[in-house]
Amino acid sequence: MSWARKILRVDLTKGTCTAEPLKMDWAALFLGQRGLATKYFTAEVDPKVDPLSPANKVIYATGPLTGTMASTGGRYSVITKGPLTGAIACSNSGGYFGAELKMAGWDMIILEGRSPKPVFLHIENDHAELLDASAIWGKSTWDTEAWLKKHFQDPQMRVSGIGPAGETGCLYAAVVNDLHRAAGRSGVGTVLGSKNLKAIAVRGTKGVGNVKDPAAFMKATAAAKKVLADNAVTGQGLPKFGTQVLMNVINEIGALPTRNHRDVQFDGAKDISAEAMHAPRKTDGKPNLVTNQACFGCTIACGRISKIDESHFTVVNKPQYWGASGGLEYEAAWALGAANGVNDLEALTYANFRANEDGWDPISFGATVGAVMELYEMGVLKKEQLGIEAPFGSAQALAFFADQVGKGEGFGKEIALGSKRLTAKYGHPELSMTVKGQEFPAYDSRGIQGMGLAYATSNRGACHLRGYTVASEVLGIPVKTDPHVTEGKAGLVKAFQDATAVFDSSGLCLFTSFAWTLQDVAPQLQAACEGDWSLDNLNLVGERIWNLEKEFNLAAGLTKKDDDLPPRLKKEAAKTGPAKGLVNGLDKMLPEYYQLRGWNAEGVPTAETRKRLGTAALE
Amino acid sequence: MRITLKLYATLADYLPPEARGENLVRLEVADGATIDSVVAPYRLPPKLTHLVLVNGLFVPREERGSRALREGDVLAIWPPIAGG
Repeated sequence: MSWARKILRVDLTKGTCTAEPLKMDWAALFLGQRGLATKYFTAEVDPKVDPLSPANKVIYATGPLTGTMASTGGRYSVITKGPLTGAIACSNSGGYFGAELKMAGWDMIILEGRSPKPVFLHIENDHAELLDASAIWGKSTWDTEAWLKKHFQDPQMRVSGIGPAGETGCLYAAVVNDLHRAAGRSGVGTVLGSKNLKAIAVRGTKGVGNVKDPAAFMKATAAAKKVLADNAVTGQGLPKFGTQVLMNVINEIGALPTRNHRDVQFDGAKDISAEAMHAPRKTDGKPNLVTNQACFGCTIACGRISKIDESHFTVVNKPQYWGASGGLEYEAAWALGAANGVNDLEALTYANFRANEDGWDPISFGATVGAVMELYEMGVLKKEQLGIEAPFGSAQALAFFADQVGKGEGFGKEIALGSKRLTAKYGHPELSMTVKGQEFPAYDSRGIQGMGLAYATSNRGACHLRGYTVASEVLGIPVKTDPHVTEGKAGLVKAFQDATAVFDSSGLCLFTSFAWTLQDVAPQLQAACEGDWSLDNLNLVGERIWNLEKEFNLAAGLTKKDDDLPPRLKKEAAKTGPAKGLVNGLDKMLPEYYQLRGWNAEGVPTAETRKRLGTAALE
Repeated sequence: MRITLKLYATLADYLPPEARGENLVRLEVADGATIDSVVAPYRLPPKLTHLVLVNGLFVPREERGSRALREGDVLAIWPPIAGG
């Protein structure tokens, strides 16, 4: 049993911390992390709760393999009802915090109520207490971590928390740990801020020493690590180029959303790509990329560490941004760059640093700035309102808004509400490139048809990490499918969604799935954990998790109309590239998807499906 | 006829040094040249020619020896890659 079998319940209203045993009968059905926390969350929280009220809860959850010697076994998730979407929110992060929490002896932390004043949670193994955060309230994630480590005189402490964005009501505030890893999407940091909880500082020295069969586990994890090392993607491509290697590919196939999805190809893609990050700059002869970096226990090491050119306009006379810090991943580079038509790699890196520092999601921010730039070019928004000229392609405007958004200053206060609310306020809701109120990531579903269905049906709003059919439709993993057809995509999306739910519930990184299937995960879980973790059962567990999230959303009031795409993607055909002339064919895929899921025509699980999965309608 | 060959990620190392910055070379090739014949001089490891696109459209491995390129085609090749 690699679960610590213990959860920490923190009542922020009363200021109490209480240990509880983990419900192992639920662990047998939902595994851990995303799945098990969703079970706890849906059992305890009214789906109709106001996300920013004290009645909402936030669960920090590790998986059974978090903190073990399994490769990438350092993940944790933050689960709540999202303020951006009104749907279930679940954001996943790497770094070292998750493993530290597990090694302190905790599977989960359930945070409930609202503290009357700003506090932080300090955990040192079994000891947990809420302490006054008045000295760090208002500070950045970077300054908060530095203050906590100094305060406790413990450089090995791990910190996860919010920056100013989570305090000022930015609806896509992130939870940031280890300076530049983040549970970035859906506004999980906003909910933390609404509870007056600034951060969780944890030190765990117990290790994770309770794997069921240590010898079998060592053998299983060693075999799985060899698969990662021998695979060209996880052994070579990701360590050297990171996720950013996709920029030129997705542009070449004509699925790079550009200028708020007006276009599907970006002339400046090459300037903001992985290859560009490796190339020496003309200004100082140094590349943007300094090195790669691994999270806890990871044998892939896809993380990017970058330095900004000190003469760049974004950092002149700002030495605090001259050091090496978290660099651009593909999603951030797209959202801060192509989505706005900005091809200035240094400006994108600066905005990314600011996202980590102030604690906001660069995807939702960048996509919202894209909508602002379109409204500016239409003449709906003016320089006087915005504080700056903001045409597509303006690196100055991007950096200007990145400075404002976390602190809720100027027009940044409106950008902080996301594109759905902003475009509605200015009379053009059709320009919000969102599903369920959450902004799209970096794949245009006119050029990758399956992703349209994956976005529309994602339980946390538009997201690439709920069903990454790009792997198959573009990259040929595990098999190549045609990105321009709708046939077969319903089954592909369902398979990716269910398998992803298992990876996200195990403590492992989803990126292992570029080399591993659940057949590689099963022996590791089976050796570490009591119970049945056969491939068949894992597939069932994944489907059960997906359906439980869906039940929460239905009870929260979401309906079939929320499983939809913006009109632009269904009516305005791609203008260039291989997908020229195509719109997304969601209406051809959605009915089949509902049928494969065992849901009725309105997207509601049938009684038979509920019985098979052991789920039920929530109230 | 003229075509453009683009090599990305680790495959850029197989381009002439002066072409690596742009990840491409513009080539004059014989009419009817196939993908395999165009890339042969670059000695790309077969296992690394994973994602082969002509004008952005994927060409399966079994067609690369017979598929004739046309004037103005853009041939772009990546090793196995992924991201997210």
